[in-house]
Amino acid sequence: MDYEIVMGLEIHAELSTKSKIYCGCSTEFGGEPNTHCCPICVGMPGVLPVLNKSVVEYAVKAGLAMDCNILQFSKQDRKNYFYPDLPKAYQVSQFDLPLCKGGYVEIETGGVRKKVGITRIHIEEDAGKLMHDEWETGTLVDYNRCGVPLIEIVSEPDMRSPEEAKAFVENVKSILEYLEVCDCKMQEGSLRADVNLSVRPVGSTAFGTRTEMKNLNSFRSILRSAENEARRQISEIEDGGRIIQETRRWDDTKGYSYAMRSKEEAHDYRYFPEPDLVPIVVDDEWLGRIRASLPELPAARRERYIREFNLPEYDAALLTSSKRLADFFEDAIKGSSNIKAVSNWIMGEMMRILKEKELEADAVPFPGHYLAQLVSLIDKGTISGTIARKVFEKMFESGKEPGLIVKEEGLEVVNDEGALSAIVRKILDTNPQSVADFKSGKEKAFGFLVGQAMREMKGKADPQTINKLLREELEN
Amino acid sequence: MKFYELTAHELSGLLRSRKLGVVELTQAYLKRIDEVESVVGSYITVSRAEALKQAEKLQNEFDSGAELPPLAGIPAGIKDNMCTEGIPTTCASKILSDFVPPYNATVVEKLAEQKTVLLGKLNMDEFAMGGSTENSYFKQTRNPWNTERVPGGSSGGSAAAVACGEAVFALGSDTGGSIRQPAAFCGVVGMKPTYGAVSRYGLVAFASSLDQIGPLTKDITDCALVLNAISGHDKMDSTSAPVKHPDYTKALVNDVKGMRIGIPKEYIGEGINEEVKKAILDAAEVYTKLGAICEECTLPVTEYAIPAYYLVSSAEASSNLARFDGIKYGYRAEKYTDLLDLYKQTRSEGFGPEVKRRIMLGTYALSSGYYDAYYKKALQVRTLIRKGFDEAFSKFDLILGPTAPTTAYKIGEKADDPLAMYLGDIYTVSVNIAGLPGLVLPCGFDAEGMPIGLQLIGKPYDESMLLRAGYTFEQNTGYHLSRPQI
Amino acid sequence: MKVTRETIQHVADLARLNITEAEIDKLTFEMEDIISYVDKLNELDTKDVKPMEHVIPIQNVLREDRVTGSFDREKLLKSAPSQENGCYKVPKVVE
Repeated sequence: MDYEIVMGLEIHAELSTKSKIYCGCSTEFGGEPNTHCCPICVGMPGVLPVLNKSVVEYAVKAGLAMDCNILQFSKQDRKNYFYPDLPKAYQVSQFDLPLCKGGYVEIETGGVRKKVGITRIHIEEDAGKLMHDEWETGTLVDYNRCGVPLIEIVSEPDMRSPEEAKAFVENVKSILEYLEVCDCKMQEGSLRADVNLSVRPVGSTAFGTRTEMKNLNSFRSILRSAENEARRQISEIEDGGRIIQETRRWDDTKGYSYAMRSKEEAHDYRYFPEPDLVPIVVDDEWLGRIRASLPELPAARRERYIREFNLPEYDAALLTSSKRLADFFEDAIKGSSNIKAVSNWIMGEMMRILKEKELEADAVPFPGHYLAQLVSLIDKGTISGTIARKVFEKMFESGKEPGLIVKEEGLEVVNDEGALSAIVRKILDTNPQSVADFKSGKEKAFGFLVGQAMREMKGKADPQTINKLLREELEN
Repeated sequence: MKFYELTAHELSGLLRSRKLGVVELTQAYLKRIDEVESVVGSYITVSRAEALKQAEKLQNEFDSGAELPPLAGIPAGIKDNMCTEGIPTTCASKILSDFVPPYNATVVEKLAEQKTVLLGKLNMDEFAMGGSTENSYFKQTRNPWNTERVPGGSSGGSAAAVACGEAVFALGSDTGGSIRQPAAFCGVVGMKPTYGAVSRYGLVAFASSLDQIGPLTKDITDCALVLNAISGHDKMDSTSAPVKHPDYTKALVNDVKGMRIGIPKEYIGEGINEEVKKAILDAAEVYTKLGAICEECTLPVTEYAIPAYYLVSSAEASSNLARFDGIKYGYRAEKYTDLLDLYKQTRSEGFGPEVKRRIMLGTYALSSGYYDAYYKKALQVRTLIRKGFDEAFSKFDLILGPTAPTTAYKIGEKADDPLAMYLGDIYTVSVNIAGLPGLVLPCGFDAEGMPIGLQLIGKPYDESMLLRAGYTFEQNTGYHLSRPQI
Repeated sequence: MKVTRETIQHVADLARLNITEAEIDKLTFEMEDIISYVDKLNELDTKDVKPMEHVIPIQNVLREDRVTGSFDREKLLKSAPSQENGCYKVPKVVE
């Protein structure tokens, strides 16, 4: 039988506010354990929360960018459960009246575009971190992350393949980056996803029993865990088994998932309105101000690149997939006459190096217009394409201007015919066989001789001049 | 002179006229504590050294002739559920028996700004749950008027300490009557301010939507002075009212002419002790004679206030008390097998029976399947109760009634019947449910010499009206001048 | 509402409380007593009545996004029953 995969995601994004959601502690990543803490975020007896205004604004921005309705009246609720990473034994979240409801995010896989529905976006507080101690006799608790603001973005079960799920997370990530509400550093856990997945026979409209894969923090683990889980469920069903609704944990190094130890009792979070916090009312005036502060979003930017810069759709989509990359591109093309070449350099050489070094575009050590200068050096014939790649690598190492690198390293193309003639004669003298081959009609030998001359010049010669001089010498 | 019988405003006069020194006064109070504490048992912690140090510092300020706030140099105690940096804060619970907060509650800071002298932390029912101070892990506080009897609760230590002169005034907290009922039982003045008038920051929460801190004093003037000191907006408390508070001493006017006073028939009907009822009606008579207009009124949903109160308060408590799990502070069980067992052992050993009962009730009311039937229903009834008050206040300036159906009962008398104990809160819980201010002041004694407390209930933020009515009553009767002989 | 021993056990588990066999009967009885009393609320018709979550009508109590500093770690950890390497310590957590 053929099966269809049904997936819905819950994405947790840590908001990049300076301070925590309910107290003035820093949200900065890292730091010695329990040093970004105060009585409020460690839940001392008697403390009270006061909501960070930016948290509301960031969540509303995310909601607007995903075409959600922003609830005028929303409230916060307590979700009660015991766990050592949750010092108050309840997490302040939103239950029935989240800030945002009912939006969508567009994705594209295999050339097909579709809308993935957003059920809701709500604000909540992050929990602390558990670590095992060195003797493995106990667990140590660090509350530095406790109280860092989060938004939880809940999608509809609209995705039908792991690739769609990946594309969805990519697009959400890109939107949040554009909004500058989350740094989206997945390796630091500031963006992570829970994947709900079920399978059903193709053609069936009823949903199968789903499992929830918790806390996936890379695209690779989202893809692999979903593929793995779909296979597991299908073979379970094929073997006459039954899927149990459960929470699972993905082990990315071992490449398999396991059911998390089920709690003694079914989840009963006993949500109720948080009495220590008052309602949030986003009136038209406030909403208008937030809306006016929205930046251009990836889809709009992509369309603009196609329209304004005549870029192919592929280039436009790639360049706008990350805000940092697009910002770099726009910086680079300021005053450049060869936009397509700049775009090619970014998509080719630059992305290769970034990927190698596992860096984002904001880590490029030189400003965008240096890249424009490099392109113009090539266009003017000051350096060759081969040399340009070397210069580019040096720019990455030192952050220096390309012109300066060319000068310092003496990389300008040599056009002086006198100097080049000497080289050409030397090549002819040392390669009599090739000369003979050429003279007997083998054109290929000519290319070899050009290559030898260029090598002798360490690529700094203008190939056209070399060509011309070689022919003159050989035909004389 | 028996300093321990004097009020804050009297003592302040003596301090200012240099007839009395702060150290001398503080020592007199510490001596009084030494004398009666073994009988009354008001304090969980007496912070003797800190009090004397503070007194010496203040003495220097008095000596330098500095302008000092009205309560400067006045020795006071606070209920042991308000956080004091460096001084244990136990909530009268085993689970917090060794907890020393690293910060001060806002009210503690405010009293420090007023330059009062903190004598120590007062006994209470564990986590403020109870009406007799019998639920303290540490000790039984006794009623100074008759030590066989309870002082009321949960702020029993606060009321008893003020009544017998172990503190000039005290702070209590009131979730369902926990300031007013012990004030009535001990013959002192107690006020629960409007919800939001006094910051809850640093008050260990019992039921967040009902809790409010307030003063227990020897008379109405002191009540106004302490209210001036502790009220005000606090940006650390999201539920703190952003209002400007008047100078409450301006309300100390001996005049109630034309004041419209409602007496709810539900408050003087079935279930009230005849002596208490008579004292309350006599008090109404006093007001009528002074020119007020007293009329019977109705608060129709009164009988539903107790079930609504126990559901809301227990539900919130079940969540508020979940943080006491043996991980970050307080007691941790000595023996446990794993994390789950640590939680269960710690909480089972650390909480007393009444606290566990409320946690159970609250957890039940919030658990899935019951939320709408219990918690939501209780919040809806809350709306109706408030509506009843709003309607009454459209005709009256304040509402007059009893504080409790009886005077202080014997220790142990009700301890085995939780429900009977809950029913004693009938006249006080509505005020918390509706977020209103309530003032209790002495208005007589029963045949056995136990004090009776008159309760006045006002419109939101109209503490001034209550103080004015209370002050007028006091000036024309004199019950506030009686002191227990102990 | 009939309260069963199973309900009491379930609620105690949720609240992380141990109850002994001896306690469970007494607690079941007491809870039933209290719960049948609070069932009195059902006498009231509350259809269309808005639940009162907050008694004072205030909204949007917000703080500006500013870092005001953290606490000295030792001061926080001082209250902890068990600590190690600047962390709170609990028995080993198994997922």
